[in-house]
Amino acid sequence: MRELLTDIDRWQTDGKRVAIARVVDIEGSGPRGAGAAMAVNQDGEVSGSVSGGCVESAVVSEALAILSGEQPSRVVTFGYSDDEAFAVGLTCGGIIHLFIQPLEW
Amino acid sequence: MGSYQTFSAHVRDNSPVALVTVIEGPHIGSTMVVTPSGIVGGSLGNSDIDRVVGRDALGELEAGRTLVRHYGPHGESTPEDLIDTATVRIFIESFSPPPLMWIFGAVDFTAALARVAKVLGYHVTVCDAREVFATRRRFPMADDVKVTWPTPMFTENGHRLSSRDAVCILTHDPKFDVPAIQGALATSVGYIGVMGSRKTHAKRLERMAEVGITSTADLARIHSPIGLDLGGRTPEETAVSIVGEIIATRTGRNASPLGVSDGAIH
Repeated sequence: MRELLTDIDRWQTDGKRVAIARVVDIEGSGPRGAGAAMAVNQDGEVSGSVSGGCVESAVVSEALAILSGEQPSRVVTFGYSDDEAFAVGLTCGGIIHLFIQPLEW
Repeated sequence: MGSYQTFSAHVRDNSPVALVTVIEGPHIGSTMVVTPSGIVGGSLGNSDIDRVVGRDALGELEAGRTLVRHYGPHGESTPEDLIDTATVRIFIESFSPPPLMWIFGAVDFTAALARVAKVLGYHVTVCDAREVFATRRRFPMADDVKVTWPTPMFTENGHRLSSRDAVCILTHDPKFDVPAIQGALATSVGYIGVMGSRKTHAKRLERMAEVGITSTADLARIHSPIGLDLGGRTPEETAVSIVGEIIATRTGRNASPLGVSDGAIH
């Protein structure tokens, strides 16, 4: 998240609302480990990344839904497993768990 | 000051800080900020869970770990306590100061190495005893430029070096590189690399023996000639071969192409 601070500060100074998505866990192979983070502002502008580009656009949609209040802050999982068949996955076959929340703390 | 402000101020100061977040359970989304001096901001919902998780986060921060831990709503953490109670999942994220790279010798290779090291997130210090060469103007990409001899540099600051850090000695000058090697060996730095041709290296081994650097353990810590065998020539290519060797030393890999090896990539 270190690399996101400058963008987050600028957005907050401009009065923009910001959501942050952080990788909390990875199962199997994954391009970025726990702690990889991405920030999304209310206009859909993005800073940082959480994978090798595999799930970023889906994370933006989730982040915007959470910022608008359509969805609560929660852990979102991407990848292929028996119980959670999400459409978006990592090409390397891993499963990535992200916590997405509005930056209101 | 909000938790985010407290947290980001510590990250910017390069001082160690853990960001603790409830990712499942009561008070989901609430955060707490923990430093080596304790809890400095925020709360996870009640003072019991704050106390228990604050203590655990301190341990994780000291070890530099980022992970998810499970608790009961009031910080219960033994398996028996957690059987019949709702689980709170807590994400503990450790932010350690950047690793350090000290580069001895204010030469062309130094500028290239400093640039590449910055890409990898190192805090870079360039050291040279010659005032004319060790200037901020020549090394604007370095975090610090010190006009000093190696011995005082290690005496004063050597205790700050740990296994995550690197010392690269690019001086080619016996007056400078032998004391730098001696200084580095006296620290727990993870990587020591010394530049020079194979001939220079052979001569340097003789001089090192004269000052008593002869033990197999000491010699095994010294990477010389510095860098991986990539066949590059320019300062930039050399810099890549040096940081490649630093990464391989840290991970214990032999740096062969993935295409000719098997086993896990990460």
